[in-house]
Amino acid sequence: MVRVAIWGSLRAATGGRAEVEVEAGNLRELLDRLAEAHPGIRPQIDRGVSVVIDGLVYNDSWFTPVRPDSEVVLLPRIVGG
Amino acid sequence: MTQIHVSTTINGDAVEFLCEAQETLLDVLRDRLGLTGAKEGCGTGDCGACSVTLDKRLVCSCLVLGAEVEGREITTIEGMADGEILHPLQQKFLEHAALQCGICTPGILVAAKALLEKNPDPTETETRYWLAGNLCRCTGYDKIIRAVMDAAEQMRGA
Amino acid sequence: MARDDKPEAEGRVFKIVGTRPIRPDGIDKVTGRARFGADMSAPGMLVGLVLRSPHAHARIRGIGTARAEALTGVKAVITRADFALDSGDIDDDDLRDILHNVMAHDKALYDGHAVAAVAAVSAPVARRALALIEVDYEVLPHVIDVDEAMKPDAPVLHQGRSDETVPAGMSANVMHRFEFGHGDVEAGFAEADVVIERSFRTAATHQGYIEPHACLASMGPDGQADLWCCTQGHYMVRNTCAGLLGLDASQLKVTASEIGGGFGGKTTVFLEPVALALARKSGRPVKMVMSRDEVLRASGPTSSTSIDVKIGMKRDGAITAGWAELRYQGGAFPGSPVQFGAMSCFAAYDLKNVQAIGWDVVANRPKQAAYRAPGAPMGAYAVESVVDELCEKLGLDRLEVRLKNASRDGTKAAYGPRFGRIGLTATLEAAKAHPHYTAPLGPNQGRGVACGFWFNFGGDTCVTLNVNADGTVGLSEGNPDIGGSRAAMTMMAAEELGIPYERVRTTIADTSALGQNEVTDGSRVTFAVGLATIKAARAAITVMCARAAKIWGIDEDAVVWEDGHAKPAGPNAGQFPPMSLAEIAALYANTGGPIAGHHEVTAEGAGVSFATHLVDAEVDPETGAVTILRYTVFQDAGKAVHPAYVEGQFQGGAVQGIGWALNEEYIYGADGRLQNPGFLDYRIPVASDLPMIDTVIIEVANPGHPYGVRGVGETSIVPPLAAVANAVSAAAGVRLTQLPMSPPKVLAAIDAARG
Ligand code: FES
Ligand code: FES
Repeated sequence: MVRVAIWGSLRAATGGRAEVEVEAGNLRELLDRLAEAHPGIRPQIDRGVSVVIDGLVYNDSWFTPVRPDSEVVLLPRIVGG
Repeated sequence: MTQIHVSTTINGDAVEFLCEAQETLLDVLRDRLGLTGAKEGCGTGDCGACSVTLDKRLVCSCLVLGAEVEGREITTIEGMADGEILHPLQQKFLEHAALQCGICTPGILVAAKALLEKNPDPTETETRYWLAGNLCRCTGYDKIIRAVMDAAEQMRGA
Repeated sequence: MARDDKPEAEGRVFKIVGTRPIRPDGIDKVTGRARFGADMSAPGMLVGLVLRSPHAHARIRGIGTARAEALTGVKAVITRADFALDSGDIDDDDLRDILHNVMAHDKALYDGHAVAAVAAVSAPVARRALALIEVDYEVLPHVIDVDEAMKPDAPVLHQGRSDETVPAGMSANVMHRFEFGHGDVEAGFAEADVVIERSFRTAATHQGYIEPHACLASMGPDGQADLWCCTQGHYMVRNTCAGLLGLDASQLKVTASEIGGGFGGKTTVFLEPVALALARKSGRPVKMVMSRDEVLRASGPTSSTSIDVKIGMKRDGAITAGWAELRYQGGAFPGSPVQFGAMSCFAAYDLKNVQAIGWDVVANRPKQAAYRAPGAPMGAYAVESVVDELCEKLGLDRLEVRLKNASRDGTKAAYGPRFGRIGLTATLEAAKAHPHYTAPLGPNQGRGVACGFWFNFGGDTCVTLNVNADGTVGLSEGNPDIGGSRAAMTMMAAEELGIPYERVRTTIADTSALGQNEVTDGSRVTFAVGLATIKAARAAITVMCARAAKIWGIDEDAVVWEDGHAKPAGPNAGQFPPMSLAEIAALYANTGGPIAGHHEVTAEGAGVSFATHLVDAEVDPETGAVTILRYTVFQDAGKAVHPAYVEGQFQGGAVQGIGWALNEEYIYGADGRLQNPGFLDYRIPVASDLPMIDTVIIEVANPGHPYGVRGVGETSIVPPLAAVANAVSAAAGVRLTQLPMSPPKVLAAIDAARG
């Protein structure tokens, strides 16, 4: 199981939990499992998220590996100017 | 619409063109003569991107009418280098990295050249005030001011 | 677990990276030859102009174009009906909003909103045609201010756009609520010796690029189209315009002109789809150039904001809790950068208890566009102002307090993840050791300090590197060069290949030449394009080593690349004199054909970047006018590839921030119209307003890049709002909580403090 930190305003969809666990080996599985287990998160995933895995920011790379001990943090999609 | 016939000198060359009464010198340079080095940043005299000299005076070409330049002498950025030899200001702008995007650069070079012709040894403050009519959004002016002062020093030594 | 691998670059000695060569596009830019957006023309070209709403909010009951169409010399008039796709056909909310912004649908949502456009044989004819278009408006009540727009009875721009995060009962103008943080802020405040809570406001500012938006479009009856435009991302322009006009991406070729500044403001489209629609309808090339008035009224400024911050501190300077609520209006459409404000405002601090709430709000103003570290400067301004006030109240040194609470490697950031290697404390230590920090101040003078943070970004990137037969190299990349990036790419390619800088020429390729490239944003170019350039060079090196191996008749693995030469890997590999790149290139035809390397990647692993700014300001107590006396930037660049352009980014960002702090603001009348759409009244800093901007480049290598590079372009605008506000507050002897700190506001604050 991978522990995923959820930002504050999404916690409404996780019953108030700041961290949830999902079974995932890569980024795509992680997002799919999250949306299945917590349907309230799906609209935000559709709008766009970035995922920080062990300190690096990923946006789209589905097959980025995630290990059970990875530190995973969900964020709104990061863009710039 | 009847067009006005104008004979003038640009960067030392005799030039003739037709323009409409309301056309600015900037429009004429850019749209009729293909001299697109002068830029339009505002069209209202506030940014200096269109700077040229008219009878050796620095002007915003967006505030001059094309029809006004009959019989006069214009210099633009295209006339600044001597063949393949850059003017010391141009060279110093490159060495000091005094441009980022470069859109303000032609106007600032023309304005700086006019400054050094009037005052070959300007202080930093004089340089800053002279160039206060030329907006640059990229550089914060630091490297521009250094490049102008450095070019002035080199030109005084030459 | 934080990423702790050693940067590949550590200990590497660079030959070219870190030097200051002359940029390859320099001569064109000092001689006037460089061609920017408005500098292109085509045979038979028409002039396109846009008709814009004079109302802040109005229903469009009808548009009559017959009289304009009948005018001699008018070749096309378009309205929203001329876009192939109706909004119902677009299922992407963002794309639909872009279309609504490019050309109004049933309502004009702000002063300057495009409602129709014409193409005619000349500008005067086009102007006359605009005057002949009849728009039947029903003027509606409008709202400009963010706090007003959030009130339940405010005029509503869009019904039903609020998403699931917005609590019931709020105004329909509230689009989204964000919340970040961890710990228990109330418990944290209970532990504090002093708690300060303040409210702040910042005005909307514009990126203020000197080059107005411009483009030249042509399209044939077969749907093949060409577009030349000034943009931060021509691949984005291609994709967006293809989507809005129903074109195949392959049929639309977009070429990026030289770009006269963007700062985020050219990361979307305004004129481009309109010019294409006019070209399609008229069958002629159409050139469009915005006036400055149009740039300010109708292209994207940044958000105006209203922010509350509450911070608790112990007597020894330890911060016990931080809380912030940020309200950003993003103009007429959802998508203000409030989440970045909320994520970044406490990033400089290692906090046990922290919470930041953000509200995305719409108002009758132009759709905001990204502006350098979008959303971050305002949040940092509010937080750094309160930290400053706490230091003042407790009599503590401002840099010591920041060092005591600073985020370090492994700190859990307020926005969630743990930081990897970061350079915040290095910037603070450098500031503390710098003579600026202890220089004496005169009467009416004050010194301000502030820190800033930006995420930085990677994204889609493609680079192709061709080795020519004469030993020179052509590099193609897909990101417009907004401030010397061609020089940086040329340097990295030359460094990796081991050949002189002058042997490489870098070209910005059009959209048909390379795969997808993300826009030039998020400070990504030197990082991501640099990474792809290095990888493309390495791919070419692999090919060249293989060629040498063939020539020598040894194993490919037995060849290494050093200093621009293929060499046998060791004594066992054989005794062959090294072959230079030029020697291998000369034999390309005999050894297997043309030699090239390429790299396509969605770059990940951008390193965050921190800065600390120091500024001295003097306030004239009679007029309220502020003079900036001295300014020093300390910022972590990871590795400065071309230090002069890194300094330039630091200086430019600082000065834009000074303008934001002191002068710049969107001013609206009671009628909802912009009162200052020109450079005379929207006053950006000029040379005589400023001192030299000193810079100190800190290099804490980013492990995510082969040379350790971090993006540098955005962080530099984050600290100055707060740094200047802290300096002015110290000089004036009264805390200022609104930007810009224009003379009347400063004077009013001084007078109020005097009683
Ligand atoms: S274009 Fe002439 S001053 Fe701006
Ligand atoms: S270099 Fe971009 S405006 Fe001056």
